[in-house]
Amino acid sequence: MRYAIEAEGLVKRYGETKALDGVDLVVPPGRLLGVLGPNGAGKTTAVRILATLLVPDSGRASVLGFDVGRQSHQVRSLIGLTGQYAAVDEMLTGVENLVMIGRLLGLSRRESREQAMSLLERFDLAAAGGRAAKTFSGGMRRRLDLAASLVGRPQVLFLDEPTTGLDPRSRTELWGVVRGLMADGVTVLLTTQYLEEADQLADDIVVFDHGKVIASGTSDELKATTGGQVLEVRPLEAHQLELVGKVVAELVADRPETSGGKVTVAVHDPTVMPAIVRRLDDLGIVASELALRKSSLDEVFLALTGHRAEEPAKAEEEIFS
Amino acid sequence: MTAITTPLPALPRRVSPGATVRQTLTLAWRSLVQIKHNPWELLDLSIQPIMFLLLFTYVFGGAISGSTGDYLQFALPGLLVQNALFYTLSTAIGLNTDITKGVFDRLRSLPIARTAPLAGRIIADTFKQVWAFALLVGFGMVLGFRISTGVAGLLGALALLVIVALAMSWMSVLIGLKASSPEKVQMIAFSVMMPLTFTSSALVSPDTFPGWLRAWSDVNPVTHLSDAIRGLLIGGEVAGSAMISLLWSAGFVVVFAPLAIRVFRSRV
Repeated sequence: MRYAIEAEGLVKRYGETKALDGVDLVVPPGRLLGVLGPNGAGKTTAVRILATLLVPDSGRASVLGFDVGRQSHQVRSLIGLTGQYAAVDEMLTGVENLVMIGRLLGLSRRESREQAMSLLERFDLAAAGGRAAKTFSGGMRRRLDLAASLVGRPQVLFLDEPTTGLDPRSRTELWGVVRGLMADGVTVLLTTQYLEEADQLADDIVVFDHGKVIASGTSDELKATTGGQVLEVRPLEAHQLELVGKVVAELVADRPETSGGKVTVAVHDPTVMPAIVRRLDDLGIVASELALRKSSLDEVFLALTGHRAEEPAKAEEEIFS
Repeated sequence: MTAITTPLPALPRRVSPGATVRQTLTLAWRSLVQIKHNPWELLDLSIQPIMFLLLFTYVFGGAISGSTGDYLQFALPGLLVQNALFYTLSTAIGLNTDITKGVFDRLRSLPIARTAPLAGRIIADTFKQVWAFALLVGFGMVLGFRISTGVAGLLGALALLVIVALAMSWMSVLIGLKASSPEKVQMIAFSVMMPLTFTSSALVSPDTFPGWLRAWSDVNPVTHLSDAIRGLLIGGEVAGSAMISLLWSAGFVVVFAPLAIRVFRSRV
């Protein structure tokens, strides 16, 4: 069994900062690896190296057995890349953008056109195909960009934050497209800062922080190894919040977090639940919400890195810029 | 980490010369197809010369040359030069737009010749130079400009402008690769090209310049190019000023080609 994507000890420096500090990763054929991490964690640098756009300072990487440095031409003929920005020529129409790529890849005029039409159809852009791309909405541009990376029928696809800046509806649509590609057997490496996205799409996840892989596994494995479970208690009377915090702190080893009118804490022993219920009952505190649930990837991320994976608030503004 | 058991698929190791030419032409087509959508897009950078053409001819023409017709005869060759020089920066603007929009990376991730994006753009920009030249000469002729040297002179003028523009496109490539945004490129264009053309013989005869400006105007390459184009279109001395223009072009290539290639390589 050989890996579709393989990287070993990738290092890339920009002056004093190490964008990548010894990254290893593997993706088996037909799987989707989610690379999760905050802004500046080195995700894009890793993708650029794997897509032959950037030469690492040290380490090696290969795609379907071809070295990204020495055999970059072969690698390029096997991959598709959709970057953080919708890389489409705004002056050209949707059709022309795709025909251009088809012609560059050696398809005949007729083949490029047919291919363009079927991709536009598939990405729900058929009606807009004759319009200049600059008139497209953010979501349409991203879909066109993704379509452009599929013209060469790649076996390995790199999606670098494909949904950053998209509204929730466009994001869900794009997820559907990615799932469709997976059904075709394409190997995908997807970077994202959205935990939900990794949770939804990825077979395996690696977590990047400061240019290093700090954790890897399936979504469930990651949730199991770090957080265990999460207990949430919301008192009916808001003024009792502090008291609830004290009760929880007494019974659970971890330090609870108090925010948004409730107390949240990671628990490793589910039997604390009845103990907390009894204690609250003794004190006459009524809970309006009392829950024990699996920890979310967000909490896993917090536990791993000591900071939250930021949800980019300004992303929404980028759509039409 | 892993054992490769399946043989690697047989894939071409590099781009054939035939494919390189095809890819270059495809990318040239990509820059030119915009003309189909918006034929006047080419005048974006020419609005200034056309405005000058109209303003200078009808407002100052009489005062400068005695009659608007005489001034048009004098100024149109200079405006052609100004336009061509401005237009060389469209290579920089286009290249820089590709880089900032991510199109450059997309092209680099494709299995195509590394030189195709650059060569395709330069071919397209040369074609646009010819198109813009034709528009401006045509517009001038409608206003009353007369070529007194015939078709040979017209073609000679076009050829000289294209050669100079191609030489300057090396500088343009360098600016396009280095500039932080297309707007910056535009700013450079105006703040360098504008004084350069105004302090030359492009729009007015330098005879009335003060001594120091006259001295500068005599060595300003735009002066020699304007004189050569003027000679080629309406008659007069050509050989000397054309030669100096070609020498300047050679100098541009010698200085900027290695720099541009080095920066391009480090990005590709």
